[in-house]
Amino acid sequence: MDTKQEIKNITLDKLSSEVRELASKGYRLVQISCTKLDGNLQLNYSFDKDYEFINLRLEIPVDAQVQSISDIYWSALMYENEMHDLFGLNIKGMAIDFKGNLYKTAVKTPFGNC
Amino acid sequence: MARRTIIPFGPQHPVLPEPIHLDLVMEDEKVVEAIPSIGFVHRGLEKLVEKKDFLEYIYVAERICGICSFMHGMGYSQAIEQIMNIEVPERALFLRTIWAEFSRIHSHLLWLGLLADAFGFENLFMQSWRLREKVLDIMEETTGGRVIFGSCKIGGVRKDIDPVTLKRIEKILVELEKEIKEVSSVFLNNFTVKRRLVGVGVLSKEDAHALGAVGPMMRASGIAQDMRKLGYGAYDKLDFEPIIRNNGDSYDRCAVRIEEIFQSIDLIRQAINKIPEGPVETKVTGNPDGECFVRLEQPRGEVVYYVKANGTKFLERLRVRTPTFANIPALLKMLKGCDYADVPILILTIDPCISCTER
Repeated sequence: MDTKQEIKNITLDKLSSEVRELASKGYRLVQISCTKLDGNLQLNYSFDKDYEFINLRLEIPVDAQVQSISDIYWSALMYENEMHDLFGLNIKGMAIDFKGNLYKTAVKTPFGNC
Repeated sequence: MARRTIIPFGPQHPVLPEPIHLDLVMEDEKVVEAIPSIGFVHRGLEKLVEKKDFLEYIYVAERICGICSFMHGMGYSQAIEQIMNIEVPERALFLRTIWAEFSRIHSHLLWLGLLADAFGFENLFMQSWRLREKVLDIMEETTGGRVIFGSCKIGGVRKDIDPVTLKRIEKILVELEKEIKEVSSVFLNNFTVKRRLVGVGVLSKEDAHALGAVGPMMRASGIAQDMRKLGYGAYDKLDFEPIIRNNGDSYDRCAVRIEEIFQSIDLIRQAINKIPEGPVETKVTGNPDGECFVRLEQPRGEVVYYVKANGTKFLERLRVRTPTFANIPALLKMLKGCDYADVPILILTIDPCISCTER
């Protein structure tokens, strides 16, 4: 089977429109992840449709505010709260905002501080 | 409007072998809303990758979960192999597939036992776990481990299975299949069991897709997707189709898992008959540099590994999106409007693995 994987670099202002377009085409939200780079954070939004795997990638400053996509994919709230709790990412408009209480870690934002 | 109360469910609860907490907002006996919290045993294993040699990290990867430990090792190895362009010998790919399918059988039998235990059918619980022991015995004989196998490594596998043992395993499978058929018919046909499962916790096809459900959760709602169809391991050489059901209730989730046990037995048989001769590992030299996403089908569903390497022996990032984490939104949807008495069954029907979720 052809396991096509695509990484598409986007900017923060295009995030909602790009995600909305994938949702309208019937893509499933697979995951959202965060990677700490030198001074920045890299976000990967992964989607699947019939085994085709697409990643929307954006690089943002650590203090940037990201608009939640949980109004488009409700399940995104889990990934967004996770990134908030582990990396300290500032996300606006989450369907449920756990305010740092989804993960009960001994250290606040453990993946962002170290 | 009836008076609302909040019932805290977990982290310690008889039906939960591992800690997860749900705040259940109730109106009389009905659940109106469920708010989860996790992270009680968060281990930071993704972070540990920055301080462990990438070759040694496979021991950590295997310990992400005690049920799909082999598949975590396999997924991690596959990601590193992809980045380093390592060609894994075909025999190793077949052996990985055999052990992965045995893991699926033991995971599903474990789940069936837990389900029976949750609705108070102790005998059925014991029968399911009795059969699971036979699978664990095979794994112990072929890998040396019953829970953590330690048989997968970057570049291949550590151990081979000789042809005589493979033939013997095939014979054991005949007997095992017969016994599983007897036990599974109770799950599928018993009046009391059906009363607890049929029509309970319905997840529509649309909701399963919208909420990002994976694995048997997704397939029981009529979505024919199984990551093994991507063809990793030896799956591209084996004949199978995703098992689906269409009602999306707890009964169908149970039925999908039962059918998947028989599918796994068939896949092991096919693999034993097609396994080629040859070496079982490729020597790994150098350090990985690059990134990749790898997706596998674990017993609980699709798992995603993202690995980013920088040319040193320490990786920059390992991200593991486990199936239980992906199934939590679907669980919250199913819990809305259910009876309080059905909450344990619904939590169990996603086959929660909090150990995976708390990687």
